[in-house]
Amino acid sequence: MSWSAVADVVSAVCLLAGCLLTLVAAVGLLRLSDVLARMHTTAKPQVLGLVLALVGVGLQLRGATDVAMLVAIAVFQLLTVPVAAHLVGRAAYRTGQVDESVLDADELAEQLAREEQREEQQEERNRAR
Amino acid sequence: MTVVATACAITLTVAAVLALLRIARGPTMLDRVVALDVLVAVVVIALCVEAAANRHATTLPVIVVLALLGFVGSVSVARYAAKEEQE
Repeated sequence: MSWSAVADVVSAVCLLAGCLLTLVAAVGLLRLSDVLARMHTTAKPQVLGLVLALVGVGLQLRGATDVAMLVAIAVFQLLTVPVAAHLVGRAAYRTGQVDESVLDADELAEQLAREEQREEQQEERNRAR
Repeated sequence: MTVVATACAITLTVAAVLALLRIARGPTMLDRVVALDVLVAVVVIALCVEAAANRHATTLPVIVVLALLGFVGSVSVARYAAKEEQE
């Protein structure tokens, strides 16, 4: 088993794993009920699925510049996907698409309520002056 | 390698069809954004599979741009997601 054969087998396995993760995400999209639940399935293929696919490509291409670019793509994804998922979740919460029955604890609602009270006190002090 | 490429192609097309189903059926805009993210991931991984199967690096810049584009798209939609009326 020469090195290139081992590399081929490992890259094939990685590529297949990346594709199966994408399939899991797509099935999760349909099966899950809530925006937040669906959102957690999209992070899987974007981060792990892509990293596996990039490893698969890297093992096939084996060029220094190509592997450098693949590492750059993986780093970009690891940086940007959590930010996008957080913003989508924030927008889902702020536009009221989170059904409270599913959540067991909702700290953000208490935080927002406390903020509103503080603002009201602030306004009363301004009016009193 | 071609057997793996065809297996990957089949799973990716099934995943893309399921994502399109969610895009069509998604009640709210944010569901569609989430499904489009999966669709972008499908296209990016399909490009990776094609680049690995044919052993060429010409499509690597495309993968970089597409990965970042998916992020910018979902962030901009999330930024302007308005309160939709629950029908």
